[in-house]
Amino acid sequence: MDDALRYVIEDLSAPLLHGAAASLQLIVCSVPFGLMLGFAVAVGWVYGNRAVSALCKAYVLLVKGTPLLILLFVIYFCLPSLGLTLSPFAASVTGFIMCNGAYNSEYIRGAILSVRSGQLIAARSLGMGRFQAIVSIVLPQAARRALPGCSNEVIYLIKYSSLAYILSFIELTGAGKMAATRSFRFTLVFSVVGLVYLTMVTLASLFFMWLEKKLAIPGFETTRD
Amino acid sequence: MGDTILRVQGLSKRFDSEEVLRGVSFEVKKGDAKVFIGPSGTGKSTLLRCLNRLVEPDSGQVWLGDDEITHASDIDGVRRRMGMVFQNFYLFDHLTALGNVEIGLVKVLKMPRHDARGFAMSELARVGMDRFADKYPAELSGGQAQRVSIARSLAMNPEIMLFDEPTSALDPELTGEVLEVMKRLASGGMTMLVVSHEMEFVYSVASEVLFMEGGVIVERGTPGQIREDDASDTGAPKQFQRTRAFLRRLDG
Ligand SMILES: Nc1ncnc2c1ncn2[C@@H]1O[C@H](COP(=O)(O)OP(=O)(O)OP(=O)(O)O)[C@@H](O)[C@H]1O
Ligand SMILES: [Mg+2]
Repeated sequence: MDDALRYVIEDLSAPLLHGAAASLQLIVCSVPFGLMLGFAVAVGWVYGNRAVSALCKAYVLLVKGTPLLILLFVIYFCLPSLGLTLSPFAASVTGFIMCNGAYNSEYIRGAILSVRSGQLIAARSLGMGRFQAIVSIVLPQAARRALPGCSNEVIYLIKYSSLAYILSFIELTGAGKMAATRSFRFTLVFSVVGLVYLTMVTLASLFFMWLEKKLAIPGFETTRD
Repeated sequence: MGDTILRVQGLSKRFDSEEVLRGVSFEVKKGDAKVFIGPSGTGKSTLLRCLNRLVEPDSGQVWLGDDEITHASDIDGVRRRMGMVFQNFYLFDHLTALGNVEIGLVKVLKMPRHDARGFAMSELARVGMDRFADKYPAELSGGQAQRVSIARSLAMNPEIMLFDEPTSALDPELTGEVLEVMKRLASGGMTMLVVSHEMEFVYSVASEVLFMEGGVIVERGTPGQIREDDASDTGAPKQFQRTRAFLRRLDG
């Protein structure tokens, strides 16, 4: 036991910290853009003209219907033949944003549709333009209703960020794999790696619980007709 | 045409096979309070919504001041000049009472937020809702919510206010406070167009009552004329038969 503890502290902690930092980098770069993409696709689906709406639907269908790993392979291995070469990091982040954005858009779209129709009518009759009314009135309400779903997507993202290791970007899982291969302490190493993910997910969950509370509006969740 | 605020000429609208408005014409002068009454489904709401083009009319024309607005390209600019109050208030659910009044000032009139806040507060005070500035719509009674929605429209400084049955979603004991606000507006000279069946209120503020049925204005007159017609017993054919028949049904 002493030996295991010493191994974790002296040999494992440094590479895993590096790996965790790399994972965080992936996550932090993906989440805001995934969110923006989610809003854009949801708004395009609901309010766009026929072509835009169809494009958004096709996009969501495509991403939902493809394993993320395949999406990553396409981005990393096939795009270069079209003259677009991405680093493992950039390819991973692109794939994560595409995936995260598609799923976010589903929650956001549902939330937009749950906003009471009178809200847009009232906004327009005040003289707000359509875009302005959507941005100022519909989306702030939709965002609150979509938050639980979208925060779940962030939590999935924390976990599926490990797929970047398959594109040879060394993040937490990759760092663990390399350390384990060197020391042959697979059980120990992957237990620690699992614990680090668990910690990240727990922190994220706590953050989103706090955010939900902070954004809560008295009576808002129940005002539906 | 000087003091004419709104002129409506031959307004028509059909939904699918249903002809909801069949050539509605009238004129509203500055300071008028015109009240529309009539059975359910006659097109009163559709008429108001055609005026600010929340619903696009099929034919007919509307002038706001000197501007013909049925074909105006800047519809947002037109709507700014007409306040609209709905039966179900339609307060913005994610904003406080103050936020509801403020947002039009900031987003539409581009007023600096600080000025907008003070101005919105004074508009809330006008409808007696300044004490509830920080409350969200779900925390307000129907009457309070409707007063906030009136303040939200008034804050835009409209040339005319359109009220579509502003008290018919309210419990009877809450209608008074809303009607009181509207009476004060009318006596303050606000030009308004109201759909309402609160006859006591209608008789006290209306410069003209217009009875609609089947998508047209069937009879119209001042409250005085309608009452006189009711009281007179000369045997002469009555002028407001259908209005009075409707009002009797309303009472019964
Ligand atoms: N957007 C719409 N699409 C289709 N039909 C509509 C639409 N809006 C209104 N109608 C129809 O038009 C007719 C007139 O409706 P409107 O709401 O204008 O009547 P109203 O006089 O305001 O009635 P109420 O007193 O019940 O409010 C109704 O038969 C209604 O079903
Ligand atoms: Mg109506």
